[in-house]
Amino acid sequence: MNGRASLISRVGNGISSLGAARFGLALIALALILLFVFWLRPNMASYNGLRLLLNLSPVLVFTALAQMFVMTAGDIDLGVGTFVGLIDCIAAGLLNEQPVTGVALLVACPIAYSLIGALIHLRQLPSIVVTLGASFVWLGVALTVLPMPGGTVPAALTELVRLRPPLVPMPIVLTLVPMVAAHLILNKMSYGVVLRGIGGSLAAVERAGRSTLRARITLYGLAGICGLCAGLCLAATTTTGDANVGRGLTLVSIGAVIIGGGEFVGGIVSPIGTVFGALIMLLSGSLLSFASVPPAWQYSIQGAILLVILALRIVSWRPKAA
Amino acid sequence: MRKTTLIACGLAASLLGIGAAASQEGAAQGDTSKMRIALTDGFSSNSWEQSAWNSWNAVADQAVKDGVIKEQKIITGNDDPVQQITQLQNLVLEGFNAIAIDAASPTALNGGIKDACDAGIVVVVYDSLATEPCAIKLKVDYHDYGVQETEYLAKKLGGKGNILEIRGVAGSQVDIDISAGINDTLKKYPDLKKVGTVYGNWDGTITQKQVGTILPTLPQVDGVVGQGGDGFGAYQAFKAAGRQIPTIVMGNRQDELALWKEMKANGYETYSISSMPGMSTIAFWIAQQVLAGKKVPNTVNVPLLAIHDDTLDAWLAATAVGTAASPHYTKDDAVALMDASAAGKSGSDLPQPKVPQ
Repeated sequence: MNGRASLISRVGNGISSLGAARFGLALIALALILLFVFWLRPNMASYNGLRLLLNLSPVLVFTALAQMFVMTAGDIDLGVGTFVGLIDCIAAGLLNEQPVTGVALLVACPIAYSLIGALIHLRQLPSIVVTLGASFVWLGVALTVLPMPGGTVPAALTELVRLRPPLVPMPIVLTLVPMVAAHLILNKMSYGVVLRGIGGSLAAVERAGRSTLRARITLYGLAGICGLCAGLCLAATTTTGDANVGRGLTLVSIGAVIIGGGEFVGGIVSPIGTVFGALIMLLSGSLLSFASVPPAWQYSIQGAILLVILALRIVSWRPKAA
Repeated sequence: MRKTTLIACGLAASLLGIGAAASQEGAAQGDTSKMRIALTDGFSSNSWEQSAWNSWNAVADQAVKDGVIKEQKIITGNDDPVQQITQLQNLVLEGFNAIAIDAASPTALNGGIKDACDAGIVVVVYDSLATEPCAIKLKVDYHDYGVQETEYLAKKLGGKGNILEIRGVAGSQVDIDISAGINDTLKKYPDLKKVGTVYGNWDGTITQKQVGTILPTLPQVDGVVGQGGDGFGAYQAFKAAGRQIPTIVMGNRQDELALWKEMKANGYETYSISSMPGMSTIAFWIAQQVLAGKKVPNTVNVPLLAIHDDTLDAWLAATAVGTAASPHYTKDDAVALMDASAAGKSGSDLPQPKVPQ
């Protein structure tokens, strides 16, 4: 009795040290959606089924993590979707024909992102306006690189996402690796406290003698790197480029962060929850199509699923927070 | 699955001494009663898409009821190619035998379409096409759209007058093609002068605003050419400005047809042309026919729907408020179109859409 109790409490402690309270609801929702999918389509619960079902999850996961890093600073990024589209265009339009220019541009993109972070910090500009402006720049550059949808993606990149590692399908590997990395950066490294701190209390971080400028540049740089990975995964999956391909990702990424337990005030985010949130956004659509919901209802039910999760989060959170 | 059917068909045909199913005319009779056909539309619900879904549902549900196929399904999108790739993959996973696609991006779905083709699934794209070669494409000659409506105006105005062009969504292929057709034709008539161009985004409200803005700077306008969905808005703008109403080419939406009928009572003359949302049902029958063993050309040409004075009442009566005029295709009509395309016909040589009774 005692032993079991202590085991349970130890497991409980372990989970809560991951910040489980924040992403617990997202985890339950994701598990329920997956159970429904497997119940409706049992053949999904196989290596191949999961591989195809989650084919695009790395794109959503990386985009959501990019958004999460920006939201850690208390900012919102309205340009991340078009940024992913830009990377997609560079990968499809330049990498094959002009590899040097292509790689140089790909490296420059995350650097440009951290410069935007610096600009927002130094001039104290509202991030929504700056990133919205940046989104037009990304779109413009993308259309210059690849005026018409098309191009070809280097075979090596396509092969990479089509790898078949033993036991765990590639999309799951590409989902877990960034999740663990982001968790380590924000929640395990000591610098993570500074990164989360600038969203929570800028003054406190400054008083502790740490550079808030450097922290914001780091967060935007991390967001840029995640956006880069998302664009590369997208290009590898679609095998061609299209400047407008990422336009739907921006709002989905904000939704994923919030569903995963993050908040708009800054400093409060959960990398693990964000990944779960991204998977929920991806799979809720699949669930509705497997369930043969009539087209007119698909939008509203998908929205309703998200609203229910948010409502439950408010209900389950407020008492504990008090 | 499809291969087995083909082989079975071929065997049956040669046993009967009809010969192999190489370049046959008419409908293939292979058994598709265990097959499942799906539609994924990457766009959200404007009146054109809504009409396309209604047509598909009417035809495909009937086919399920008649035992022609086992199951049909529609999945709709949000103008978001990423979401549509997922939908396409889900349909492949669910084991659908054929998938019709209105593609939200000309290229983003190519990888998914290739995978589907490789898995032996029949893929048919219509309206907004994807470039992947293995997909069967329903092609509308949008250049001809521009030519036909401009020729009508030239004839109506006696080759002389001022023209206002209303374009669609900037940068889209459809807009580029229609506008090229209009301007190529205008070159033939030196006395037809284009006095202005606005972008109406195929939307009545936006068109009204844009035309209203440019009108004060224009001389008398004698004719308006558009791209469908903009005739009603253009009329409102001319009326609000107190200008004389020019000959406005309509675009088959219900509001445009209703307006035309109303003005016709006072002696107003025009005509209406657009692509048919009901081509989703052509895509359906192509999918069914390929599964049944018919050899269908990789590109099937689809006619435009032109409505004239004498057919206005019939089309208006058959078009619900908030939708666009379009026939539902029967299997035989769709097969006639496939055979005409296979014989190299296009444009006005194709079997034209039937006027509703």
